[in-house]
Amino acid sequence: MSLRRYVLKRLLITIPLLLGVTLATFAMVHFIPGDPIDFITLFTELDPETKQEIRARYGLDDPIYIQYLDWLADAARGDFGTSITTRQPVTKEIAERLPFTLMMGSMAFVIAIVTAIPAGIAAAYHRNTKVDQVSRVAALLGIAIPNFWLGLILILVFASWLDVFPVLPPTGEGLLSSEMIVYTLLPALAIGTGSTALLMRLMRSSMVEELDKDYVTMARAKGLPERTVVGKHVLRNSLISVVTVAAIQVAFIISGSVVVEIVFSYPGLGRLLVNRVRNHDFPVIQALVLIIGVAVIFANLLADVLYAYLDPRIRY
Amino acid sequence: MAMLEVEDLNVRFYTEDGVVKATNDLSYRVEAGERFGVVGESGAGKSVTSLAVMGLVDEPGVIESGEIRFKGEDLLELDDEEMRRLRGNEIAMIFQDAETALNPAYTVGEQISEAIRHHLAPGEAAAEERSIEMLESVGIPDPATRYSNYPHEFSGGMQQRAVIAMALSCDPDLIIADEPTTALDVTIEAQILTLLEEIAEEFDTAIQLITHDLGVVAEFCDRMMVMYAGHPVEMAPVEDVYYDPQHPYTVGLMSSIPRIGDDRDRLDTIPGRMPDLIEMPPGCNFHPRCPYAEEVCTRREPPLVDTDTGQPADVADHDSQVAACLAHTGELTGRLDYEVTVRDDTHSRPVGSTGDGSPSE
Repeated sequence: MSLRRYVLKRLLITIPLLLGVTLATFAMVHFIPGDPIDFITLFTELDPETKQEIRARYGLDDPIYIQYLDWLADAARGDFGTSITTRQPVTKEIAERLPFTLMMGSMAFVIAIVTAIPAGIAAAYHRNTKVDQVSRVAALLGIAIPNFWLGLILILVFASWLDVFPVLPPTGEGLLSSEMIVYTLLPALAIGTGSTALLMRLMRSSMVEELDKDYVTMARAKGLPERTVVGKHVLRNSLISVVTVAAIQVAFIISGSVVVEIVFSYPGLGRLLVNRVRNHDFPVIQALVLIIGVAVIFANLLADVLYAYLDPRIRY
Repeated sequence: MAMLEVEDLNVRFYTEDGVVKATNDLSYRVEAGERFGVVGESGAGKSVTSLAVMGLVDEPGVIESGEIRFKGEDLLELDDEEMRRLRGNEIAMIFQDAETALNPAYTVGEQISEAIRHHLAPGEAAAEERSIEMLESVGIPDPATRYSNYPHEFSGGMQQRAVIAMALSCDPDLIIADEPTTALDVTIEAQILTLLEEIAEEFDTAIQLITHDLGVVAEFCDRMMVMYAGHPVEMAPVEDVYYDPQHPYTVGLMSSIPRIGDDRDRLDTIPGRMPDLIEMPPGCNFHPRCPYAEEVCTRREPPLVDTDTGQPADVADHDSQVAACLAHTGELTGRLDYEVTVRDDTHSRPVGSTGDGSPSE
């Protein structure tokens, strides 16, 4: 099967998966205890008629599946309703913050990939030497240190003691201003460290395993330089398992951003989510959970495609 | 000058358990166009020898001493860059298990082309054209389509052919074939051997064939070396070894092959196992397993001598039969007592015997 057909097939499988995510998101939010009316009316005592009126206005008196279908139809058009807390369109609120989280998340991901892969290769190629041992200790620390604690330490050291980073995010600066980009570095580092460590160890073990295979000796026996042997033959096979785990890291980075954004007062989706969960702001929570779910699905889709590109045996 | 001259080669592996002596003062020569067989049990040092010639002995292995001369040039003196220029180009290797020797992530064609591009430096298209020619020459049907197939789309026999195509792609003068047919069934094995034979004849390529299959050696090789514990115990033209083996170990190997028309219920085996290469038995390494061993064998290491004259072996003399057994230096009181029978078709005739019937306890 060609790569294109594989991608098409994989895309088709994504459709029911996406529907499942919307259903789960919708159901989950509706299982949260408490009547949404109370949060809309801020727990004021109301007579049943007024309550019923509000219910009808928000469509909360419809059967649950109608509510779901309405919500799904609106969501498909990018309309997630109005926030209960701020009375703002949910889409607008999210659109304001999404770019920040995207920037931080991608930065964290890039940091992880750019350091983990070369470090993993170096550790595998020089296994059981100083390089390998140093990287092993570093990886152990990276995996063991919780990201919020690392965030606090980074603030303490770089923002407070060394004073090279601002403690609070710059206000009124655009997303791509240099101040904002510099400010994003520390939270990105805090989120990315765990993934870096994990991917590095995985890259190392995967590469050590590949280096022992016959095709490596074969490539050397052809007289190819080490650069080609490792960079072409071994790397591609070693990346296969790394790619899958890297995709799962996207989910970790998103969930990590929730806590780290609080630590850094970062104006992203994570902080928004925590705020709105406190206020039972259903429309916002639903939209955010859905966005996160979809992001994870697409990260996995991308991983599967990359996987098939790297390993021709997958493509059938 | 021989194509390949290995002299007093010592390869050691420094492991946690101790120093493994993979080859011990190993010397042999392979002439241009010659088909040279190397046989022995697993662990006898066959594969290490071929990796040493390729310059691919990897950690913790070290080539401690000796010389490996290829067309008169000592390979051990070359730096990495110079060695890479020879590897895959003038000296090529055919691997035992083609399935694992091929990289699953690249097309078969690319894996042949890359060596051609690297050594002969033609253009992309010319390299592809030559690769397709190579695939055709090893008998792969529809080579132009097969060029862009991945290894998993090839059958086992075709994979082995592709590996051979790879080895041949830069017209090597010496091919080291490490059990090239072990993973294949006998029909494919015969085809592959015929193919190798044709190539060796057409291009006058020297082939060092490593195997533990004595049948393959008999069919394919001109001369052979029997290895035991890292050094040759017998080396001679193939007919001499088969009709008139001069070392008890060779005899043991021969009697452990099943033959058509054999009426034995059980095959003979050589008792015991190869010695620990870390702590080798003193004297003759084979004495603990040798039915003819005497007290002197536990003390004196037998030199490799010409079995006709008893004089030290001359590796340059290709017609001589040499063996490392004290029986040939006159230091044993008994004699090697066995009889060799070679069956040709259904007729069996005793061909030669070196024993005189007296038991040698």
